[in-house]
Amino acid sequence: MNKFLLSASAATIALAGAVGAAAARDQLQIAGSSTVLPYAKIVAENFGETFPNFKTPVVESGGSSAGLKEFCKGVGEATIDIANASRKIREKEVAACAEAGVTEIQEVQFGYDGIVFATDIQGPDWALEPVDVYKALAAKVAVDGELVDNPYKKWNEVNPDLPDWDIVAYIPGEKHGTREVFEEKVLAAGCEVAEGLKAAEAAGLDEDAAESACIAVRKDGGAVDIDGDYTETLARIDANKTGVGVFGLSFYENNADKLKVATINEITPTVETISAGEYPVSRPLQFYVKKAHIGVVPGLKEYVEFFLDDQMVGPESPLADYGLVPAPDAERDAQRKAFEAGETM
Amino acid sequence: MSDAVYKGGDAPRATARRDIGIKKRYAAEQRFRIYGIIAIAVGIFFLAALLWSVFSNGYTAFWQSSINLDVTFAESVIDPDNERATDPNTLLTANYPKLAADALVARLGIDPENRRLVREAGGLISNGVRTQLRDMVVADPSIIGTTRNVWVLASGDVDSAIKGQVNLEVDESRRKVSDQQLEWIRTMEADGVLEQRFNTGLFTRGASSRPETAGMGVAIVGSLYMMLIVLLLALPIGVAASIYLEEFAPQNKLTDLIEVNINNLAAVPSIVFGLLGLAVFINFMHLPRSASLVGGLVLTLMTLPTIIIATRAALRAVPPSIRSAALGLGASRTQTVFHHVLPLAAPGILTGTIIGLAQALGETAPLLLIGMVAFVADYPTTPLDPATALPVQIYMWANEAERAFVERTSGAIIVLLLFLAVMNITAIILRRRVERRW
Repeated sequence: MNKFLLSASAATIALAGAVGAAAARDQLQIAGSSTVLPYAKIVAENFGETFPNFKTPVVESGGSSAGLKEFCKGVGEATIDIANASRKIREKEVAACAEAGVTEIQEVQFGYDGIVFATDIQGPDWALEPVDVYKALAAKVAVDGELVDNPYKKWNEVNPDLPDWDIVAYIPGEKHGTREVFEEKVLAAGCEVAEGLKAAEAAGLDEDAAESACIAVRKDGGAVDIDGDYTETLARIDANKTGVGVFGLSFYENNADKLKVATINEITPTVETISAGEYPVSRPLQFYVKKAHIGVVPGLKEYVEFFLDDQMVGPESPLADYGLVPAPDAERDAQRKAFEAGETM
Repeated sequence: MSDAVYKGGDAPRATARRDIGIKKRYAAEQRFRIYGIIAIAVGIFFLAALLWSVFSNGYTAFWQSSINLDVTFAESVIDPDNERATDPNTLLTANYPKLAADALVARLGIDPENRRLVREAGGLISNGVRTQLRDMVVADPSIIGTTRNVWVLASGDVDSAIKGQVNLEVDESRRKVSDQQLEWIRTMEADGVLEQRFNTGLFTRGASSRPETAGMGVAIVGSLYMMLIVLLLALPIGVAASIYLEEFAPQNKLTDLIEVNINNLAAVPSIVFGLLGLAVFINFMHLPRSASLVGGLVLTLMTLPTIIIATRAALRAVPPSIRSAALGLGASRTQTVFHHVLPLAAPGILTGTIIGLAQALGETAPLLLIGMVAFVADYPTTPLDPATALPVQIYMWANEAERAFVERTSGAIIVLLLFLAVMNITAIILRRRVERRW
């Protein structure tokens, strides 16, 4: 028995060693944003079904930053081919990529994601404006031109049209790509309207510090960071019927029997209002392709082309059904052309 | 019992001392028993709550709504230009969903010209029908032109609606299943063509973005590969290390240091092993990402300390008299160990190994870093191909937006719990059967 085990494990170790020089990888490796993950999964699955000669790509989750970090590890077998991201790649990351030999990166933007505020379905209708959210959730707000610790406890103190609910909002945690959009499109926009920037500068802060004061979120329990996924936010709202949650449009649409969505600037978030640019809180979704792997890893070029095809990202496509906001026709065309031409960053 | 009070005179001291504190001590014992019972009750309560929530959410995952259709494999749809003899891709890329949709339209008696109704009817059927019908045709091209009776999966939204997981009271625009579709569902249920059938796909299919075709087959295979690798590597290495440390190594500072390190490693958070695996196996040795081989190696490192500690305890439990007797009869030390000590310690080693394996089976954290928390649709043929693991599949499903994944998450938890229960019960039975008491 023992001899058998010993020889078997010796064989395993030998196998592990031999793999070092293994044959070429025949399956795409993709990693990154959990927001892009469901879309990438749908495309990967359909890709595998439509092209029986290619294997279904492997799509890892883990977040935009983790994905880009793996992406920038270098070129070759053991590195991933595509990084999904719900935000643009940062200059620091491009530099890190270049240092590891990943000099040619192709950016592909395939559509938009809307970010919505929603409450329990039993609650009243909500009509929010960025300034309401800023006043309710910022750490310091401007009152009469002066920056003070956030004094508001209830939503109707912020805006008399809002319900008499304690301010409790479940917002994406800082590691989420969604948080950046939330800060930029909601808090910073609201800060400007409320003249928080001026107040901060009047208080002696320089421009950068004033901007970060605008997007600093209160820590007294009014704003709760959710580091998990939207399912956790939904569970929190189930437990606290007077909480407000931040969701992706697709998640809301899949759970519309439990949630009621708030309008922003009196515009209801839908695929139409977002693609028309009317609804203010949306962001582009993209993925980054390692150009050095095109032609080396089988199926990479075909996958990207399949992803950008109208039957995947067009207005009547599985991704749009799931909740992706399709880019306008001209933009989709431009992305296809740019990829085909091999434009790098 | 009354308190003893010294009343003077020559009352014997011993009697007085015997009474002191007896009542208190009994009370303390009573209290301690009650604390113990409360502790167990709290544990049982939470266990029951957990099992209840898992089973009440999850048992429905083992049944899946399917629709019985008479599908006509029309040549005009599959191969309109009669090219299948020359172009092998014709059969692969044909519009199979249309076959199923046509069959359903005929079954429901809808006017095929009414595009809105046809589309709504098509929404009842899972998109997975494409591969199902394609596989049928590819396996036996002669069925083209004939009509076959086929059970096809209903779409995930329909399934959730039938199982009552979606609130059907809300306005039609707020749910994924329309009133018209509900009406069809009810007629089909009444006619017996829409049924809940046992969901074998849950165990055989790979990951999918559609809940109805999502299964944990790839995850089960990945977990089995990893368990096999852990068993093949951790058991011999762990046993060899323990035997050397316990039977041969001199007792000095160095072995003390090793012992402290092993005990320490057993308590290191598993994510650390993931980081190590990423650095050593993937970045340095260039093993493939997401492969169960790398997962198995990482879990081996994680399980080794557990196995070493259990094995050393088992070896130590063998009485020294056995060793002395063997040595006294002229056996060498190696013979003593392999002929006498190891066989007697084997039950303990096996129990420790099974418990270590069960622990490894439930790990996700170290797998995250080596790329095994991933969407993998194709079965791995070797441990070098990408795969996932059972707990990873649970985690991935728990994060899905569709309602139908809620029951699948719990269903997968039930399966994982069954695996763990079987392993632990095996460990207990083995111990009962072969353990020897001294």
